[in-house]
Amino acid sequence: MKLEGKVWRYGDNIDTDVIIPARYLNTFDPKELASHCMVDIDESFAGNVQDGDIMVGGRNFGCGSSREHAPVAIKASGIPVVIAASFARIFYRNGINIGLPLLEIGDDVEKIHADDKLQVDVSTGEIRNLTTGDVFHAHPLPGFVQEIAEAGGLIEYIKKKG
Amino acid sequence: MGMTMSEKILAKHAGLKSVTAGQLVTCKLDMVLANDITAPPSIKIFESIGRPVFDNEKIALVPDHFQPAKDIKSAELAKIVRDFAVKHKIVHYFEQGRVGIEHVILPEKGIVAPGMLTIGADSHTCTYGAVNGFATGVGSTDLGAAMATGEAWFKVPQAIKVELTGSKPAGISGKDVILTLIGQIGVDGALYKSLEFAGDGVKSLSMTDRLTISNMAIEAGGKAGIFPYDEVTAEYVKDRVTKPFEPVAADEDAVYCQTVKIDLSALKPVVAFPHLPGNTKRVEDIKEPIAIQQVIIGSCTNGRLEDLQIAAEVFKGHKVADGVRCIVIPGSPAVYKEAMKRGYIDIFIDADCAVSTPTCGPCLGGYMGIMAAGEKCVSTTNRNFRGRMGHVDSEVYLAGPHVAAASAILGRIATAEEVQ
Ligand code: SF4
Repeated sequence: MKLEGKVWRYGDNIDTDVIIPARYLNTFDPKELASHCMVDIDESFAGNVQDGDIMVGGRNFGCGSSREHAPVAIKASGIPVVIAASFARIFYRNGINIGLPLLEIGDDVEKIHADDKLQVDVSTGEIRNLTTGDVFHAHPLPGFVQEIAEAGGLIEYIKKKG
Repeated sequence: MGMTMSEKILAKHAGLKSVTAGQLVTCKLDMVLANDITAPPSIKIFESIGRPVFDNEKIALVPDHFQPAKDIKSAELAKIVRDFAVKHKIVHYFEQGRVGIEHVILPEKGIVAPGMLTIGADSHTCTYGAVNGFATGVGSTDLGAAMATGEAWFKVPQAIKVELTGSKPAGISGKDVILTLIGQIGVDGALYKSLEFAGDGVKSLSMTDRLTISNMAIEAGGKAGIFPYDEVTAEYVKDRVTKPFEPVAADEDAVYCQTVKIDLSALKPVVAFPHLPGNTKRVEDIKEPIAIQQVIIGSCTNGRLEDLQIAAEVFKGHKVADGVRCIVIPGSPAVYKEAMKRGYIDIFIDADCAVSTPTCGPCLGGYMGIMAAGEKCVSTTNRNFRGRMGHVDSEVYLAGPHVAAASAILGRIATAEEVQ
């Protein structure tokens, strides 16, 4: 699956409280969550994000609370893949489980800037920065975690396995 | 090759003789937990799988975040949880009046025990490492699936050995230990790893200290924060845990990816500055006084009896400073009742604190203590992220109960020693 989109670039330690603040957690409707996504650090995001845009963060992306509402809000915003130097553990797990691919690329992330255009092949982990010409490779998913991702998330995976 | 405490618990629950860091395993779970925010999406996931619950005694549902319901939407969330609990005869469901903060009541009621494997749709599930269990936070999909299957997959984590030496001086609590540690290793210092506590210093830490320390393992990115089983653990679980349990100990030749040393006797009262729990500073190193408008004493980090005792001892004979509001939230009905019996609640009310029924409330910016722009709060909670407790331009300084109470009295960030 090849994706192409414009970059929304954020820094290190983007926590789940800024991805979706707790004051909006009295619902779990994805659309409503998406309408408040990133609001505390980027008021322009929710109103301007386009289907297919790509979110890029620094180290420890998604740290903090276990709220699955965070990756759900990002996915419902139309973002098909998140790229970061590293992800916090629970966020990473949640992303895979809900079928939001997450690609870890370490310090290479420094070579991706706001509004760059990226082409991402989720199955091989190859990322092309069409703006700068750089090419990066994400760490592959281990073992059956790959199968969960390929099934489109944990529930599909469990159903498939029976 | 020897195993760490985490490896032993994961191996046992995966039905394997041994595991090593990095290995992927599927484990049988002893307890799965969710709250009023995370249970409703978990229940939806659970229902989409179309199976019965795997075990109605191994699911804990704790409506603590926005309850007693702060608004209509929160009431609807609580209702989803209540209806599910009734329908599936969930034994560990806590209605208002019996409910406390999840990570206070599960250990308190002996629902989590040494050697147990627990997942919770709440990142601070790692708290139960204090009683020698492997416990970690997951999201609602993992939890919904686990309610049906009783299983979850894990990547066996590498372990960081945290060697504690010396003993804790007066005026220092578990909060100072964990904030100092996070300050040292950073908020992603234990990413994907477990923190395993060891060393002579462990015995000087009370169960309250340990619960506070394990609680914040996640604030260093950790998957778990586990303490060894000793007399303190045995004494704590004695009258609480009714089922048989098997404590674990790390092997002599267990493999660690890193060792961090902390001399407890050298610790000083610390606070974590906004907006990261790793921005730790000693209170004595704060040059310019930092005026505050709010203090929160409570949460799954510091809402236990010993925390309230510390705060009450500092407050005794003093009042909250003008222009400051101090909210005290006992972590469970049992904590509340005992604090009342011992006179702590009288001390708080006489000092002009507001005392609340057990709830997460302000800790996550839910309700009861939301801050306006420009306000500053000293809080015994565990996160000081931007906007965590209200307006994005408000600030949270994390501290233990000594510093929180002293700061309320003096109206600025201060140590208990300064209150005389
Ligand atoms: S007290 Fe705070 S950190 Fe603890 S469970 Fe409640 S909201 Fe989460």
